[in-house]
Amino acid sequence: MSEIAATQPQTKRWTMSEAARDRLINFVSPIALLLLWEVLARVHLIDTRFFPAPSSILQTLVAMLETGELQRHTLTSMRRLAIGMVVGGVPALVIGVTMGLNSVLRAAVDPLISATYPIPKSSILPLALLVFGLGESSKIFMVAIGVFYPIAMNAMTGVREINKIYLDVGHNFKASRWNVFRTIALPGAMPMIMTGVKLGVGMGLVLIAISEMVGAKSGLGYLVWNAWETFSVDQMYVGLFVIALIGFVLTLILNEIEKFVVPWKR
Amino acid sequence: MSTTLVTKTADTTATPPAADAKAVLPPAIRIQNISKVFGDFVAVDNVTLDIAAGEFFMIVGPSGCGKTTLLRILAGLEKPSSGSYSITTTPGSQRPENSMVFQGDSLFPWMTVWENAAYGLKMRQAPAAHIKEVVGHYLDRTGLTRFAKSYPHQLSGGMRQRVSIARAFANDPEILLMDEPFSALDAQNKLLLQEELLRIWEEHKKTVLFITHSVDEAVILGDRIMISTAQPGRVKTMVKVPFGRPRNVMELQREPAFGNLVHEIWTSLREEVDRARAQIEMAGK
Repeated sequence: MSEIAATQPQTKRWTMSEAARDRLINFVSPIALLLLWEVLARVHLIDTRFFPAPSSILQTLVAMLETGELQRHTLTSMRRLAIGMVVGGVPALVIGVTMGLNSVLRAAVDPLISATYPIPKSSILPLALLVFGLGESSKIFMVAIGVFYPIAMNAMTGVREINKIYLDVGHNFKASRWNVFRTIALPGAMPMIMTGVKLGVGMGLVLIAISEMVGAKSGLGYLVWNAWETFSVDQMYVGLFVIALIGFVLTLILNEIEKFVVPWKR
Repeated sequence: MSTTLVTKTADTTATPPAADAKAVLPPAIRIQNISKVFGDFVAVDNVTLDIAAGEFFMIVGPSGCGKTTLLRILAGLEKPSSGSYSITTTPGSQRPENSMVFQGDSLFPWMTVWENAAYGLKMRQAPAAHIKEVVGHYLDRTGLTRFAKSYPHQLSGGMRQRVSIARAFANDPEILLMDEPFSALDAQNKLLLQEELLRIWEEHKKTVLFITHSVDEAVILGDRIMISTAQPGRVKTMVKVPFGRPRNVMELQREPAFGNLVHEIWTSLREEVDRARAQIEMAGK
């Protein structure tokens, strides 16, 4: 007992809160890695043709910003991603929630979804190009397909996992079909739906990059692919960096949206 | 507050106490030969019952005696296997037939206290001003005004059940159905909520059908008590509660007549609880 009391003030002086420590590590570890990379590149311990120094990548990034090239590619990809999210996400939401509520529709559609879900989405790209051509619609279709599955499946599961008592309450208070959907099924499934949206955004980002590599003249995927063809390795890294950054920022935004649409979860 | 005591503590006839005063009125709830079977399991067996307008009617019975099933039938959540029921509605009014206070947590976690309490009125598209007034009134009566913007997970179990009660009362139904609404609460909270329920009920004296497994609760709240048999649930005896209103729960519990009535009901119920246990043990073998 006395031993603990004696050692406690000492340990307190030396440790910070666990959260603060983790945040510091989160911040320091990528910087340490970049520094290591920079040093290794400068002393030519790694092949700078494949792994150019972070400083030279940064220079390329600034140059591409100055010409406006980077903004153009980024905005093009983001627009395709946004349209694809809506085109795939809205039907996924409606179909998923309705499948959760209606066993007939579920019986009809579930086998189709289960059967097509394991197909790697990227392998549908040739078909998308065949049907939609080289224009915008093939890219939007690819994003939409990627977004559709996780949102639809999570929405369905989310609705099915809603405690039955809530549906009883809706019934007892004479909620119409539309109101059951709007006031019970949708908000009840919202935590699961948000998880689906996050997965869908990740999938959409993968698919937009892939589909822009084939048969596109703009977008971040095209930028990366073109850098390979012209051996502009710095540009390739810039493209990859911006894709990663978009993914990171979207995650932050979605976390905020989640707090807003699911304010009742803790 | 004084409690009027009648010398005769129990009455096993099926005559509702209000029948003399309101002889012209049809019963608020008329249940005729209702049975409910799930597969081989008979949950409710041929129950016939009239509940008078304005009566606070209690059903006590052992767990699994089909009390909840009967209530769910009246709430329109289950269909009876046979028999019928009717609920008398006020001619020309928009009031819903019934509202239920569910056992356990039935508040929507994604709605605030206010939105939960307003749910019934919103679903039947009552004017916004009316909703505001009525919900405000019942949140006030249940002491929840300060928590109007809170979510259910921020409230204690007792407060959540108050919201449930406010939600049912605010909907202004012809009859209120209550399915062991206080069974999950601790003894102190239960007492407070029973008092609150009685106070709110005194305002309009709606017809209530209240299910409980607590004999004390049945005697504290009810005008008449139906003791249900163990599974299958049927009417065993009817007991009239002779205590006047408004009731003071604390004082009522001190009355010797209260204890006698509780004891009498317990004796009758005891056989059924023992029988229910024997059934479970039989099923276990």
